[in-house]
Amino acid sequence: MKSLGSIRRDFAPWNDPNAKPYIQFDKVTKKFGDFTAVNNLSLTIFEREFFALLGASGCGKSTLLRMLAGFEEPSAGRILLDGQDLRGIPPYKRPVNMMFQSYALFPHMTVEKNIAFGLKQEGMPGPDIEKRVAEMLKLVKLEQFAKRKPHQLSGGQRQRVALARSVAKRPKVLLLDEPLGALDKKLREETQFELMDLQQELGLTFVVVTHDQEEAMTMADRIAIMDKGEVMQVATPAEIYEAPASRFVAHFVGNVNMFEGKVAERSANTTRITGATGAQIVVDNGGAAAAGADIVFAIRPEKIKVSSKKPADAVNALEGEIYDVAYLGDMTVYHIKLDDGQIVRASALNASRITDDPLTWNDRAWVSFRPDAGVVLTR
Amino acid sequence: MTHIAATASSSTQPAEALLTTLAKGFVNRLVIIIPYLWLLFFFLVPFIIVFKISLSQTAISMPPYTPVLDFKDGVAGFFAGFRALNFDNYTWLTQDALYFNAYVTSLIIAGISTILTLIVGYPIAYGMARAPATIRPTLLMLVILPFWTSFLIRVYAWIGILKPEGLLNQVLLATGLISQPLVILNTYTAIFIGIVYSYLPFMVLPLYSSLEKMDYSLIEAAQDLGCPPTGAFWKITFPLSLPGVVAGCLLVFIPAVGEFVIPDLLGGSQTLMIGKTLWNEFFSNRDWPVSSAVAVILLLVLTIPIMFFQQAQAKAQEQGR
Repeated sequence: MKSLGSIRRDFAPWNDPNAKPYIQFDKVTKKFGDFTAVNNLSLTIFEREFFALLGASGCGKSTLLRMLAGFEEPSAGRILLDGQDLRGIPPYKRPVNMMFQSYALFPHMTVEKNIAFGLKQEGMPGPDIEKRVAEMLKLVKLEQFAKRKPHQLSGGQRQRVALARSVAKRPKVLLLDEPLGALDKKLREETQFELMDLQQELGLTFVVVTHDQEEAMTMADRIAIMDKGEVMQVATPAEIYEAPASRFVAHFVGNVNMFEGKVAERSANTTRITGATGAQIVVDNGGAAAAGADIVFAIRPEKIKVSSKKPADAVNALEGEIYDVAYLGDMTVYHIKLDDGQIVRASALNASRITDDPLTWNDRAWVSFRPDAGVVLTR
Repeated sequence: MTHIAATASSSTQPAEALLTTLAKGFVNRLVIIIPYLWLLFFFLVPFIIVFKISLSQTAISMPPYTPVLDFKDGVAGFFAGFRALNFDNYTWLTQDALYFNAYVTSLIIAGISTILTLIVGYPIAYGMARAPATIRPTLLMLVILPFWTSFLIRVYAWIGILKPEGLLNQVLLATGLISQPLVILNTYTAIFIGIVYSYLPFMVLPLYSSLEKMDYSLIEAAQDLGCPPTGAFWKITFPLSLPGVVAGCLLVFIPAVGEFVIPDLLGGSQTLMIGKTLWNEFFSNRDWPVSSAVAVILLLVLTIPIMFFQQAQAKAQEQGR
């Protein structure tokens, strides 16, 4: 069985036409004065999904989250949760909880009281609250910190308290606004996996806002790439990376080489592209591109092979000169200046300690790739 | 810090390092000495003089009290004067109920005024802290603006507003809300109005500063967890503004206890506040020793709330907010 990316996903309600949507943004627009933060956006999120909103700052992703929490009302359109229109429902009556970017822990309350706060509002009986708080403390491994105040905790511990507090009420949806933004890199990586485990364990729907693509790729079932208040693509991390829908998405996630060009010839399973500077490229899947159309051929650096001699069986091979090399340990990055002037970035995994074909600055070299290595973008 | 520096460098040039350390220590101490000198000359010395006068007796002389701790008659005279010192004036204060009543009345009036100022000031400070950041400096300016006019003139102005034929009564009579002019001037109500008006900025400013730095996402978090806005105010906003509440209340309470101008101008002759009593003893009776004793006791009464204030501040600092 062939599949995009390296992970087989068994949980994929978005591919099931009968699956019931859980959260629906239906033509939602949000304006602040003259500024349109969210523009006529429609989006569907399914139950138990780990959904990421990814975009640069100011793209409207936080506004989307705040509308779901009830801190902002859409200027137009509807937001449905489990079939219920959320319009007019204040934040304190919505069955969603949010983990704030600043954590927003109550500084005058102990860890215990912070976690119990939402349960008390619910009118849960005292003994039940105690039990649930103990359960939550155990979940985030903070049992011995129950009596501490937030300012006596480290950044990572505060993050856990914020998390425990927001899941204590067992919300239908947990909203996370840059949940790992304030942590250092190492802690962030650990916490990413913890968040995923927690989501599995509690069986909740998570909607996370982030500007960190690696974070979104690691954790999310699906990612919505946002720009200027609009959704550019909604897909699994593998689809976003291997089959971006547009130049914007291809550029936004990971590194990419772009060849401007025209479709020279188009048949059912072969597309021949003529690059603007003369390169000839053959591709398996031309997508929606018709013959004669202006397109961009996008290919990721790790899909490109660099060698000193032209590989005998290569369908696509272009010649150039090594412009820059960087040895990063796990991989080596090459910048090759093709003879037509374009600079191509290629990366090679250092799968063995010893290489047969060492290259250095200013060496003549060939870049080659398979016909299925890149995508043809019309947008 | 200096100690570490000294030991680190002492291995190479011990004498020089020691000198540097001493010089550094001296400079550090000099910086601390300046405020201490200020307190010594402008607080402690005047207080000792007042305390000294409070232990002497009235005399028909210039100044009007028996000299104490005086070397005019040599060492023997000094000890004679020293032996003449006594706490008679303090005993006197306990014998006449007037003083006790004046202290208690002052504390009650100051207490009620402080609560009223808090009730009026909190919404103002809250409104300012929640106003758009661009207009906050203007609002702050408006709160401070009255200070640009003399305090005395502003209190006089209230006489014009509150008197029977004054502005307030004219407006109320003209609109037909009342048929008889209200008697406000020369009552305790007028004193409350005067104190609340005069001390409002001292309440608003510390409240504003503690409300303004509060992270609004805390309120959002409370609401997100199911707490309606009123509940969020009492469970989050108010407890977090407590340092401001305490600071504001003490800044109003402490000067209000000893307030003289407002009860004198607005409260009329029958009001009994300690500031007025002190003034009467000093200027009408020319009894400097008794009025000094009144002042010393007032200071002691006020030291207690000041200590509370400092404790509260230390606590707030400890919380790191």
